[in-house]
Amino acid sequence: MIARLGPPLAVLLLAGPVLCGLVGTVLPAFGYLPALGGTRFTLAPMRDLLAEPGLIRSALTSLAVALVTAAAVLMVVVLFVAGWSGTRIFGRILHLVSPLLSVPHAAAAFGLAFLIAPSGMIARLLSPWLTGWQRPPDLLIVNDPLALSMTAGLIVKEIPFLLLITLAALPQVKLAETRALAASLGYGRIAGFLFGVWPRLYRQIRLAVFAVIAFSSSVVDVAQILGPTLPPPLAVRIVGWANDPDLARHFLAAAGALLQLGVTALALIVWLFFEGLAGVVTRRLGQSGRRWRGDAVLRRSGLAAMVATAAAVGAGLALLSIWSVAGLWQFPETLPHSFTASAWIRTIPQIARPLGITLACGLLSTLLAIAVTLLCLTRELQTGRPAGRWALTLLYLPLIVPEAAFLFGLQIFFLAARAEPGLPNLVLAHFVFVMPYVFLALSGPWRAFDRRHEAIAAGLGKSRRTILFSIRLPMLLGPILTAAAVGFAVSVGQYLATVMIGAGRLPTITTEAVALAAGGNRRVIGVYALLQMLLPAVGFAVAIIVPALLFRRRRAMRAG
Amino acid sequence: MTEKGLTLDHVSIAIGGRTLLEITHHVRPGEVLTVMGPSGSGKSALLAFIGGFLDPAFAAKGRVFVSGIELTDLAAEERHAGILFQDPLLFPHMSVAGNLAFALPEAVRGRAARRRLAEEALADVGLARLGARDPDTLSGGQKARVALARVLLSAPRALLLDEPFSKLDADLRQQMRELIFSKALKSALPVVLVTHDEADARSAGGPLLRIGE
Repeated sequence: MIARLGPPLAVLLLAGPVLCGLVGTVLPAFGYLPALGGTRFTLAPMRDLLAEPGLIRSALTSLAVALVTAAAVLMVVVLFVAGWSGTRIFGRILHLVSPLLSVPHAAAAFGLAFLIAPSGMIARLLSPWLTGWQRPPDLLIVNDPLALSMTAGLIVKEIPFLLLITLAALPQVKLAETRALAASLGYGRIAGFLFGVWPRLYRQIRLAVFAVIAFSSSVVDVAQILGPTLPPPLAVRIVGWANDPDLARHFLAAAGALLQLGVTALALIVWLFFEGLAGVVTRRLGQSGRRWRGDAVLRRSGLAAMVATAAAVGAGLALLSIWSVAGLWQFPETLPHSFTASAWIRTIPQIARPLGITLACGLLSTLLAIAVTLLCLTRELQTGRPAGRWALTLLYLPLIVPEAAFLFGLQIFFLAARAEPGLPNLVLAHFVFVMPYVFLALSGPWRAFDRRHEAIAAGLGKSRRTILFSIRLPMLLGPILTAAAVGFAVSVGQYLATVMIGAGRLPTITTEAVALAAGGNRRVIGVYALLQMLLPAVGFAVAIIVPALLFRRRRAMRAG
Repeated sequence: MTEKGLTLDHVSIAIGGRTLLEITHHVRPGEVLTVMGPSGSGKSALLAFIGGFLDPAFAAKGRVFVSGIELTDLAAEERHAGILFQDPLLFPHMSVAGNLAFALPEAVRGRAARRRLAEEALADVGLARLGARDPDTLSGGQKARVALARVLLSAPRALLLDEPFSKLDADLRQQMRELIFSKALKSALPVVLVTHDEADARSAGGPLLRIGE
């Protein structure tokens, strides 16, 4: 059976690029890269790296951004889930927050920038009646040296991710029962959750937290839009060196990528330390007998933070759309004087090629990821053994190894293998990031499928193949298309993989949008960011509409 | 082993080294063997073993024959052991007639012929002209009848019943018992029924095996 190929194929296509990428980083970092004339091992690239001005500050910025982001995201998610799960408000907020997962990071970052910049919407709403400003104040809010706005941009985008991962793990911890038990013992909602559920729940979502740390420590697009510039975070500088026309700078970039690996590892180690500490403290508090019933303020702040997240991203996206059709819009006017389609009309002729590459790469990498995922899951059925812990670790591997560290090496690897930058390389690189999300999205519904349907079909004399294609796959069409939409959204949002592996020759909507950040033409940025946001939305619309049309006369197929 | 009917030859099922049941029995065509036992006694595992979809966590030994054909070595789809569960489990993405056409053997050729047989099977369980309906719009009793028509249409060698009446309300339950047992008798099918309801056993009228007590 062809499904036998699934697991090895997944290992090859996920671990392969990561490992090749790491080799491609480590060797040039020590001077070895025959394609560029480096035939001896030397410490020269390392020395060059350490001589770069502001290097320590760049590295520390990356480290701090990662740790603060992860801590803030985790706190908001814990307070919100602990304080509100099972309530009606919880469900409503979920409807608000879940779609944010599909918004590309760059679009969300642009939206936030348009909101909080000195000439942004918040300043306009407060001016001049409160602030007295007639002109935008000369404040460095976006690109601030402490990376506060960058951290805020990451926090609002990572909260939906961790929240959805946490929700997926909830059924395994018997939340409602534990809550009832803790309440009957007199514990407050949040304390009951922390002592009764959290230790088990955290084990389930731990890899996702690591992924948030790794991503935040090496993010490039959000850093370019919101992050500090003098000096920028480490990953941004690596991309600069890697794209330098002077190919000798590649050695410097490799050394930088190795440092990035170290920074991310250090962030994880620091996290592990605090994780252990928090575990000890929680256990102590749990034994102390205190009930912490007065947690209303904490609960409310969890809710407020969650609402603020959704509101910030939502308002930012609305602003992007307004800017894309804005005519004259002077400070401190709240709305433009006039509306015009001129930004769209000027931009559309240039959009065709990036749009084509975005669609082709997104569709191909998603298709590949769906195929490999289905093979793996079918194999799981045949062997009767669900994929274990090692498989989950493998899935998270591309999300935990910092992308700036292995993508640069993968670029070098393709260079050494004389594989010209082209769509196949790009699809492979996107697949590495698409596959984990597709698998995580599809494996739940797949495993929850009522296997008695298959027993009945087998009793009717149907072969395994017929059962798969006539029963299981059609009944799971909705979840399969949803997983595909998630994968497509991930591919559309990829910035670093596209810049590195495409070597600048394969522009997508996302890379074009980020490239515009420095120029500051808000109308054109609005057009690109809006497109960036619309593409995933179209994917999800397809995932909803197609099953609804196909099964429009099958009521039970609409419920799930 | 070549007699007509279903033969269980030294069938034993164990889990984690603990033997749940050991059965040697012959079920004649049209006869209902009722197996009773508390939950966890392995009675559903027995049906899964006969049908060929036993969870690998169980260790099973012994052989199963139907009219001289050994089922034990065959894949589930080669056994033609029709099964009914507590839930009707109609395929939700197919129409009622689609469910029935899915069950019809390939040997019946031609759209018209297949549709006619499906309609006849529906009429046979008192549901004439419901073929175009969405299964989810049927009542509980109607769904159970469609599930019965579907399994009979696949021309099974034996019928396996996994507490198929337990979710029906009382008067519907008696109707379904009579319907299923009379159809099995008419088609001369050996039937294995697992249940924990004494009334099922009485209504089946055949031999009764108690396990796990």
